[in-house]
Amino acid sequence: MAQIKLEKISKTFRTKRHTVEAVKDVSLEIDKGEIYGIIGFSGAGKSTLVRCINLLERPTAGEVYFDDIKLTSLSASSLRRQRKKIGMIFQQFNLLSSRTVEKNISLPLEGGGRSRAEIDKKVSELLEYVGLSDKAKAYPSQLSGGQKQRVAIARALANDPEVLLCDEATSALDPQTTKSILNLLVKLNRELGITIVVITHEMAVIKKICSRVAVMEHGEVVEEGDVFSVFADPKQQITRDFINTTSNLSEVYELIEQNSPVVQLKSGEKLVKLQYLKAEVSEPLISAVTQKFGVIFNILFSDVEIINGCPLGGTVSILSGENSDEAIEYLKEKGIHAKVIKDAAIS
Amino acid sequence: MQQFLENLIPNVMSKPDELLEAIIDTLIMVGIAGAISFVLGLIFGIIITVTKRGGVLENKIIYNILDKAINIFRAVPFIILLTWVLPISRAIVGSGIGVSGAMVPLVFGVVPFFARQIESALAEVSSGVIEAAQAMGLSPLAIIFKVYLKEGIPTIARATTLTAINLIGLTAMAGAVGAGGLGDFAIRYGHNRFQEDVTWVTVIIIVVIVTIVQLIGDLAVKKNTH
Repeated sequence: MAQIKLEKISKTFRTKRHTVEAVKDVSLEIDKGEIYGIIGFSGAGKSTLVRCINLLERPTAGEVYFDDIKLTSLSASSLRRQRKKIGMIFQQFNLLSSRTVEKNISLPLEGGGRSRAEIDKKVSELLEYVGLSDKAKAYPSQLSGGQKQRVAIARALANDPEVLLCDEATSALDPQTTKSILNLLVKLNRELGITIVVITHEMAVIKKICSRVAVMEHGEVVEEGDVFSVFADPKQQITRDFINTTSNLSEVYELIEQNSPVVQLKSGEKLVKLQYLKAEVSEPLISAVTQKFGVIFNILFSDVEIINGCPLGGTVSILSGENSDEAIEYLKEKGIHAKVIKDAAIS
Repeated sequence: MQQFLENLIPNVMSKPDELLEAIIDTLIMVGIAGAISFVLGLIFGIIITVTKRGGVLENKIIYNILDKAINIFRAVPFIILLTWVLPISRAIVGSGIGVSGAMVPLVFGVVPFFARQIESALAEVSSGVIEAAQAMGLSPLAIIFKVYLKEGIPTIARATTLTAINLIGLTAMAGAVGAGGLGDFAIRYGHNRFQEDVTWVTVIIIVVIVTIVQLIGDLAVKKNTH
């Protein structure tokens, strides 16, 4: 069942001179317990779209449902009650600089009828969960970016939310810290069952933690599906562009353009690109083909990753041997996407 | 020492009681008008911040009325304001002259200025932090008290210092219409009777008061910046 349902959401910003359609007629369903990614270049409307989920931005048209409650028709105070179930973290962390770490985390709990002792207990549990117990009395200015984001996560978790919205949460962090924050997100998805919506412009983030992805361009969702299928068989050019940012296989085209000696073929050699497209591919196909047809693969590039538990990726290699055509046919039968980029026999 | 001062500032030493009274009057005017203006200016500054387009309690009508009212009162030179609000003074405090008569024009003169100062102080609170507070389900009142006023303390302290110093200047000007205080003292003796030493001493005392206010303000900013 969909936990978050966006129905034909549009958001138009009007100023005196300009009208900007940030989001155009977007419908999405996000299921309970999944990690859903929304990717797009800056200006694609993804941040506006995620703000439409908790109505920080009110859509110009369309409805938002959360747990079957129509958020778009709630009163201000009922909406605030629902917002407590939807945590949010940001690229710039947005911590209160005048409050210590523990006071930042206790902010959403204050005035909620809880006793001081209860709040203190909850705060120290949250601090321990994000691994910052020793920083309770520190001010945000004394923390690193990764630590600030951990505090923001702890604060977002204070009301035991069912959903966590992450707006470019790792975009201001270095790769190492990004990895640890992503691991933390996965941990709270698995252990606490929190549905996570990730907004990002980095395909690597989607690849690492998301189960489903929506690709946004010019305010519209142009492609959507489970991450493996989208990676294996992208339909839109923009999706291919994003995928290429995380794969090195396309570098071969640059080498060909530069006429690099690496891709100079001898007679009878073929430059082939092999890509795994099916989730069930797990046989050692290259070794099998080598033995079966007596061909040789000289691997130039290889990029295989495990996405949602399935290997995805491929290799670019120089294939030589008399039976190379048969070998390629055999690979195709096995569900490998094989493409001859350059053939010395005909070139 | 006594002899030395009597030679240096004869006209001041001849009326130490009047000087003391002038200092006290100035402090009373600054203190009371300042306290009233602080509260009113803060309230108006907050209202104008939250009712602004995109604010947590966006309200075009309230914003526009307040915005225009502040502009009008800020446009009126203080010396004109002094006589302009005289009827209001009489109605509220029962007198248009003296220390109490000066209170109303001082408040009218300072509040619009301070409200704008507060507006710009609160504008420095990052919009992302406000957004985060809204996202966590905080009410507009909680956002005002726990986020705006708390996060804004250093900039509010800076605005308060600036306004207090401005107010000290205005009280001196109010002296011109018989409000009492150091301004009145300097005009009556220093200017009208050419007792230059009175003017000098008044200036020095005002500089000292301003310096103390500035030091307190700086300290408040420093203590609240993390």
